[in-house]
Amino acid sequence: MSAVDALIRRHRLRAIELLPWAIAIGAYFAFADYLSLGSQILIMILFALSLDLVLGYAGIVTLGHSAFFGVGAYAAGIYAVRVSGEPLSGLLVGAVAAAAVGWTSGLVILRTHGLTLLMLTLAVTALLAEAANKANFLTGGADGLQGVAIDPVFGVFRFDLFGRTAYLYCLVALFLAWLFARRLVHSSFGRSLVGIRENTARMHAIGSPVRRRLLTIYTISAALAGIAGALLAQTTQFVGLTVLGFQRSGEIVIMLVFGGIGRLYGAFIGAAAYMIAQDQLAKLEPEFWYFWIGLLLVLLVMFARGGILGLLDRVLRR
Amino acid sequence: MTPALQTIGLHKRFGALIVANDINFRLDAGARHALIGPNGAGKTTFVNLITGRLAPSAGRIMLGGDDITALPQAARVRRGLGRTFQINTLFRGLSVLENVSLAITEHTRHGGDMLRPIRVRRPELERGHALLERLGIADDALVPVRELPYGKQRLVEIAIALGLEPCVLLLDEPAAGVPSAESAIILDVIEQLPPDIAVLIIEHDMDLVFRFARRITVLVQGSVLIEGTPAEIAADPRVREVYLGEGHHG
Repeated sequence: MSAVDALIRRHRLRAIELLPWAIAIGAYFAFADYLSLGSQILIMILFALSLDLVLGYAGIVTLGHSAFFGVGAYAAGIYAVRVSGEPLSGLLVGAVAAAAVGWTSGLVILRTHGLTLLMLTLAVTALLAEAANKANFLTGGADGLQGVAIDPVFGVFRFDLFGRTAYLYCLVALFLAWLFARRLVHSSFGRSLVGIRENTARMHAIGSPVRRRLLTIYTISAALAGIAGALLAQTTQFVGLTVLGFQRSGEIVIMLVFGGIGRLYGAFIGAAAYMIAQDQLAKLEPEFWYFWIGLLLVLLVMFARGGILGLLDRVLRR
Repeated sequence: MTPALQTIGLHKRFGALIVANDINFRLDAGARHALIGPNGAGKTTFVNLITGRLAPSAGRIMLGGDDITALPQAARVRRGLGRTFQINTLFRGLSVLENVSLAITEHTRHGGDMLRPIRVRRPELERGHALLERLGIADDALVPVRELPYGKQRLVEIAIALGLEPCVLLLDEPAAGVPSAESAIILDVIEQLPPDIAVLIIEHDMDLVFRFARRITVLVQGSVLIEGTPAEIAADPRVREVYLGEGHHG
């Protein structure tokens, strides 16, 4: 096989990539009592996936990704309360609102690098959180946005108490987002993002419009994070200030590090592992579960750089 | 004839320090030109000014007769200005073929293509592979660049620049740090560059300079000391004194 064929082959869809979807469908039947947790996991996978595009692929180190998640959640929630409970248009509203914030903040933030960029991402999140807190009339302030009522999907599939519709709704949304993200990272655009991550100076020197590419992926990532936030608002029918919190930004980075950044599937493994570990540890040790999460993270960073996927890689290569 | 590249009164200062002092320079189409000078003469600064990495304090830069002084780096590249770096500036985690393909897809304006899979870029990949064959590194096409020996990494530097199909190529010390056995390969590659490319080489290795260049410019403390043929440069006492050091050694 020629080198060109071998390179093209690396980008083809492999059977193993369908495994998460088989597991997700299997989980729907096998863990019918845990579908609410399942929906939360799917939402966090989508959120982590959006982060992976900017952090893992483009190398934009951010601690403020919850800004877009929160904006998406609030936009979809407010839309449901004030305009329409139709869920798909609600997702679109969440995506567009988050993309608008991503594009606007990206125009400023992406002119900076390193620590300055990191601080600015934090600042944007803090500003939005405070704005949501103050805009009591619109967001419900510290009490949260109440009365979010969502219509049946396509006018047929009502959101039920057991979370079946919510789970499948989130699963389809995640699947479509994954298809899009996968196509993106395996396109010329996606490879150019990796080039920017690897060596920005050289990308400038080969004529790449680096800032435009970064702004594009930042906006796309914000839109996907906004969809994740909108899904949370629609499936829980509530939006609280925590969606814009620093803790959520930190957690999503931890989930991605758990799974492995810049691999697309690190988001799947990391978010699922983190959420399940959190659920189980919180049951076992309601007061100290964060300690175990912290310990796990320390062990992973020390002994399994590249996260769970990196560890699997090394084991399989032996 | 319109020069491929020209600088007119190019000037750059950092505070009180002048690093490029009223440089008037001309590179004709298809030229084989060398820029030499002692350490700190401002050679790399000159390249950075031409490529747009640095903004000049005064003066103009013309590429193919067009004023490119105000253009950003990427726009200059798209107009046919290619360069290599003195210190390897590669995509170290990517394979050799991917390194070159990135340059080629940017050159063909497909770098921003989001939705079509990489297999539709086969023509660019084939072109990249052919380029690697020409440079003798096709066997390493799938090897991550960071795993290559230094000499081959220098060839990848050149391959990336050639992937842009430049009309002007600036080679910043292409053989720097390369063992002499491997530098011969690099020199062969440079000598076989397409004749329509105007090449400016910055180099400390005088054997390489005198073998390659048909014209040489000597830069000292940010100013052009002299420009001429290799024979004229070799015979000039000022060059011997400031660059070759003969004035000091008798």
